[in-house]
Amino acid sequence: MHQQADNSEERAVVTVLGADKVGIVAKVTTALANHNANIVDISQTLLEDIFSMIMLIEISNLKTDFETLNKELTELEEEINVEIKLQHENIFKYMHRV
Amino acid sequence: MLFNNQEILETIQMVKTENFDIRTITMGINLRDCAHPDIEQLATNIYDKVTTKAQDLVSTANKIERKFGIPIVNKRISVTPISIIADACQETDYTSIAQTLDKAAKEVGVDFIGGFSGLVHKGYTKGEKNLINSIPQALATTDKVCSSINVASTKAGINMDAVLEMGATIKEAAQLTAKQDGLGAAKLVVFCNVPEDNPFMAGAFHGTGEPETVINIGISGPGVVKNVVEQIPDADFNTLADTIKRTAFKITRVGELVGATASDMLDIPFGIVDLSLAPTPAIGDSVANILESMGLESCGTHGTTAALALLNDAVKKGGSMASSSVGGLSGAFIPVSEDQGMIKAAEIGSLNLEKLEAMTSVCSVGLDMIAVPGATSSETIAAIISDEMAIGMINKKTTAVRIIPAPNKEIGDKVEFGGLLGEAPIMKVSKFNSDKFVQRGGRIPAPIQALTN
Repeated sequence: MHQQADNSEERAVVTVLGADKVGIVAKVTTALANHNANIVDISQTLLEDIFSMIMLIEISNLKTDFETLNKELTELEEEINVEIKLQHENIFKYMHRV
Repeated sequence: MLFNNQEILETIQMVKTENFDIRTITMGINLRDCAHPDIEQLATNIYDKVTTKAQDLVSTANKIERKFGIPIVNKRISVTPISIIADACQETDYTSIAQTLDKAAKEVGVDFIGGFSGLVHKGYTKGEKNLINSIPQALATTDKVCSSINVASTKAGINMDAVLEMGATIKEAAQLTAKQDGLGAAKLVVFCNVPEDNPFMAGAFHGTGEPETVINIGISGPGVVKNVVEQIPDADFNTLADTIKRTAFKITRVGELVGATASDMLDIPFGIVDLSLAPTPAIGDSVANILESMGLESCGTHGTTAALALLNDAVKKGGSMASSSVGGLSGAFIPVSEDQGMIKAAEIGSLNLEKLEAMTSVCSVGLDMIAVPGATSSETIAAIISDEMAIGMINKKTTAVRIIPAPNKEIGDKVEFGGLLGEAPIMKVSKFNSDKFVQRGGRIPAPIQALTN
């Protein structure tokens, strides 16, 4: 994911881990759209043979807030039986950039 | 701004499979303005202050945990050494103050509260004398309270009267909690050169040079380091040190981020990140396992001290680059009962007290969470403490002793505390006595290293 620096935008990373099956992308992106979280980038990769989908989203204009979105994704996680993580981008900035 | 998938997945994997977490957010609270001659009024003052200042600590930590997807295992409070706060009291039994701290800790939902403490490296005040006398009862009648006593420093030497007294205090603390394998002694630590901003228990207190309130962070990442070391089995020492440095940088950065965020949300100054590698009893989250991954058959064998020295130094170098406010203990911890690899090494006989003592000369923090036979005399415990204090004093570093003379237990038995405190086999102490040495009284003079001015 190559992104331009833009300090006015607050962003988060959504990671979906689990067996690939029909409808995962649709369900997760629908949930994000319901909260007005714009998807900036999306990609798929394998983590030790587990399907993973990584999305970079904008969270500056959320209809609700981070906590509510997180809670909804946790509910969705149980519903479609995959692991979904929502993490503020700063964790990755801090760990992987000097 | 660039992230790649590998970086994102690396972070997730650290948490998911390598037990990476923030061990503790510790809020330091000054209690000096709570002092009062009437101990009941003092208790009310302490309770009100702690429950007001820390009311949002746990909920804030939980929010940060969700925001970054990093577990924050413990929320803790450290307070001004109670021996200072209670010095003006007419009452000489301070047990009720510990009970007040316990109640306040439970009210705000923290895991531990530290600061039932005193600094006596050069001598006692009345308050410090009273506090030490109250320790066994205080620890036996509370759940969350931790106690620490500093008996030595490079500048002052070793207060051997206090060392002898702490030998007896530790025994009594264990005896009063015999039903829980001597748990009281697991919440009591004796220090040389104690840091004033340590977020880790049992030694946390809010030092007199600290601000009104402060946020300190302790990280934990032995599992992560072990994993990267395992991936380079044939690398030379330079590569090994570099790899550990890089990993230490990453995990310390998370501590820095969590500290800065907590400070911002709570509107309390950010104190320090303690970059110590703190193990947990979880499989793989072990400092001993890191040393074994470097090529030692079992922790404690020849080469262990060198391996630990390399690890500790690399962790410091990586960590100090990651934060401009490194403090506390900041080194690798080697608590026996809290580290699955150490427990195993002690059980199979590759790790003994003598080797642990050597290891403490190259890392933080000291002889930590070591269970010895319940019949061990208080003089022998004092002598063990004096050895450890000497290492700290001469090497201008922090050392500590947290030893549990487990009531009614002998070699072959083990103690079980559960949770982060773990379990430990009873380790052998020397059968030769040191009574006359520790009973001499007075202070071992400050070493020549103290004359730095």
